[in-house]
Amino acid sequence: MSTAPNAGPGAAPKPGTIERRSFVAKLLAACPQALVVTGLGSPAYDVFAAGDRDENFYLWGAMGGAAVMALGIAIAQPTRSVLVITGDGEQLMGMGALATIGAQQPNNLSIVVLDNGLYGETGAQRSHTSQGTSLAAVARACGIADAAEVTDLGALDALAMRINARAGCLLAQVRVRPDDLPRVLPPRDGTYLKNRFRAVLGMASM
Amino acid sequence: MSNTVITAPAWQDDIFNVLKRGGIKQVPYVPDAGHAHVIRRIHADPDMRGVVMTTEEEGVAMACGAWLGGQRAAMLMQSSGVGNCVNMFSLIENCRFPFLALITMRGEWAEFNPWQGPMGRATQQSMEMMGITVLRVSKPEEVLETVSAGLDAAFEGGEAIAILLSQSLIGRKKWGETK
Repeated sequence: MSTAPNAGPGAAPKPGTIERRSFVAKLLAACPQALVVTGLGSPAYDVFAAGDRDENFYLWGAMGGAAVMALGIAIAQPTRSVLVITGDGEQLMGMGALATIGAQQPNNLSIVVLDNGLYGETGAQRSHTSQGTSLAAVARACGIADAAEVTDLGALDALAMRINARAGCLLAQVRVRPDDLPRVLPPRDGTYLKNRFRAVLGMASM
Repeated sequence: MSNTVITAPAWQDDIFNVLKRGGIKQVPYVPDAGHAHVIRRIHADPDMRGVVMTTEEEGVAMACGAWLGGQRAAMLMQSSGVGNCVNMFSLIENCRFPFLALITMRGEWAEFNPWQGPMGRATQQSMEMMGITVLRVSKPEEVLETVSAGLDAAFEGGEAIAILLSQSLIGRKKWGETK
């Protein structure tokens, strides 16, 4: 058991080894058609660092809402792959959403959780995923059958293929290295993000 | 177990018909007895998608996602769920999403369960504090017009609208029976 100052009592798995920015950049390069929703904080920076695009919707708040917001998009846009890129803390706050998504089984919705096991924005306090919770196991228990931990880069190509195939809802819990990276800040004007997202789908702002 | 056939009041059909005619495609909900008939009709309609939530804040985020993807959503919940949504309501104001919620009231009229009181009394203020315009219906004959006006304000005017369905409209919950 860890005795680090911020440690809680739960079991502490070894930290992940995947470098998050390069993983996200490669994944997005392999899924160029995907509509992307990010959770707040580091996952938004990772996605923006990979290159801004109108199909990216960055959340700066609404913690716990990324995956279920993407469910609304996925139902409305069944011919597009919808990809959530979020963190362990954000998904833990929206854990019930995994049950909601499991009940709906949207074929075109993929959730990628960049799991560093801590709350990176607020002082690196250990999250539940480094104290015993497996979000992949939670997702499977909610009926998201294709849910697994990703511990090395070798899984990336197959993951991208499944995202692009739209053949079933999935969750990938990607064990990333707990690095403290420079922040790369995406636009935070929500109205702008909304309007450009709709425009790229061919819709008016209202 | 009661064998009574429950006949829904006409105003509940009015709600369904307004949502249907208004092009609502996605209906996230946390169930309430007052919404039960509308929920049944939504699930029976192949052009609408009723989606049960584990908590009401999911419905706020999902409705915003629906609009991003080009569909209209309306959310169904009861007053006790409004408190669960408060931070998620930020999404609506930040992005100026159109938003429509129909909320059955508890804790305000012939309420048997005192645990419904505090949130029932704070429902309207909670929504107004978060920038949502609140309309209320207490008479069956006003339901159609009010829901229709709310739907237009949301999706033509771009507003965030909550319609409170008074507990007196819904009627007494029968605590002595099982369903």
